[in-house]
Amino acid sequence: MEKNSLSEEIEKLVDLYGKERSSLLPILQAVEKKHKYISDFAQQEIARVLDIHPVEVFGVITFYSFLTHQPKGRNVVRLCQTITCDILGKKSVADAIQRELGIKFGETTKDKKITLEYANCLGMCDQGPAMLVNDQVYSHLTPEKAVEILSKIE
Amino acid sequence: MENKMKREGAVIFSEYQRGDAIKKAVSIGREDILFELKESKLRGRGGAGFPTSTKWMLTAAAKADKKYVICNADEGEPGTFKDRVLLLEYPELVFDGMVVGGYTIGAKEGIVYLRGEYEYMLKSLEDYLEEMRKDNLLGKNILGKQGFDFDIIIRLGSGAYVCGEETALIESLEGHRGEARNRPPFPVNTGLNGKPTTVNNVETFASVAHIVVKGGEWYRTQGTDKSTGSKLFSVSGDCKKPGVYELPWGTTVTELLNIVQAENTKAVQVGGASGVCIPKSQFDRKLGYEDLGTGGSIMIFNENRDMLHVLKNFMEFFVEESCGQCTPCRVGNTKLLEGVEMIERGEYTFGYINKLKELGETMKIASKCGLGQSSPNSFISILENFKEEIFNNGKGGKH
Ligand code: SF4
Ligand code: FES
Repeated sequence: MEKNSLSEEIEKLVDLYGKERSSLLPILQAVEKKHKYISDFAQQEIARVLDIHPVEVFGVITFYSFLTHQPKGRNVVRLCQTITCDILGKKSVADAIQRELGIKFGETTKDKKITLEYANCLGMCDQGPAMLVNDQVYSHLTPEKAVEILSKIE
Repeated sequence: MENKMKREGAVIFSEYQRGDAIKKAVSIGREDILFELKESKLRGRGGAGFPTSTKWMLTAAAKADKKYVICNADEGEPGTFKDRVLLLEYPELVFDGMVVGGYTIGAKEGIVYLRGEYEYMLKSLEDYLEEMRKDNLLGKNILGKQGFDFDIIIRLGSGAYVCGEETALIESLEGHRGEARNRPPFPVNTGLNGKPTTVNNVETFASVAHIVVKGGEWYRTQGTDKSTGSKLFSVSGDCKKPGVYELPWGTTVTELLNIVQAENTKAVQVGGASGVCIPKSQFDRKLGYEDLGTGGSIMIFNENRDMLHVLKNFMEFFVEESCGQCTPCRVGNTKLLEGVEMIERGEYTFGYINKLKELGETMKIASKCGLGQSSPNSFISILENFKEEIFNNGKGGKH
């Protein structure tokens, strides 16, 4: 049942973006966004409708850091680890988040609410430390402010 | 995030109304646009500095049924955020520049490749494009000019720094892993879907919009002979006023440090992780292609910063972001990072460090794309320029 709805969803995406190979990334992005990962079944379905080899699809997923083939939490939090955010206090923010969530970077909370990751420069270096919560950006973080932002997400 | 602000500058941040460049373009025609661009001596603002008029002329001259204009908004260089400011606060400049590009080279399709990290801008940019369509600045027979059709779509990246390299970006748009291509052929002949394509930086398009309206000669009144016009600098790190500044090329590092109110500066990293790090003794150097060329990232480090730590952060960045396609870059960056860690632990020999610097020189020559060709820059410049601090610190190299 669930498989059928995923197939349907993928076919809708193909209608929207087109059947060409160049539609692969937007389709993968849409699936990732909705399901927080691209399952084996989704990969095969995408390969089938675009008429490319599933290994190609897998290869593309593993190349991009925002695409994943393993389940993630409902929200992905990415703290910038690059130099300007680093010297502006990334470490204390990172420590506070880890303590509060009880997980380390690269891990997902037990209730599947949050996956915590590092990211490279987010283009907010003038307002660091910065983090992305899904696609929203937060800047001028302090340990307290970061934890407060995370406590508000659903 | 901070609110939009009104900025002032001689070129990019000077007076401009949406559509100005497109109106002018339609009235003067392709040849004149190319002429003004040539006069302006504008060079690509992404960092490589290729003359924009040459790129456009080549794409305009290429014969094909389809051509593309791509705006490279995959700004991933550490310390750079000027595209963020341009796209959020000055979309009229960027999009008008693209439309003029389409008109000049004869393309009907424009694509903005927006880095995944900037997805939060997508909605406002798409709304903006919709307004342009309503005003007939995009679409069919733009401004009533028969046959002048051009539209823009936005495509998102997915978190890969190397996609800022133009051929990797094209691969990504075609639905592949973002791996750089061999050149030649160049995108101006064989680009997206094998068609002639001009790929320009966000700031380049913004500059074009002003040049078309005010002329190449006006543009040249700013900057220096070899580096004409102005440049946007993204300034971050140890200073009171970080942000985006428009300054004429030729400004010295000291002048810039004064403007942003930096105190006790020890080092300035010019050009981001892939750029060079200069010490105080070189702060009188000029920003410009003839001396310190840069895509615009300026990172400031004061006396309290540990330069080995800075270097380690850069090398970790490159190890993560190398696409892994070619050995000099994939293995080389790992070796350089290991070298930094050896120094950190005090377990190095100068003989080996010198070998690593030589490896860095080899990487610059042997790597396939700009990432591996420039990643050794910070390694070499930081170890050279901050020797005292790193090796003669009385701790036997340990930190
Ligand atoms: S230089 Fe690095 S990033 Fe560029 S193609 Fe080679 S491995 Fe990939
Ligand atoms: S270094 Fe963190 S946003 Fe650029």
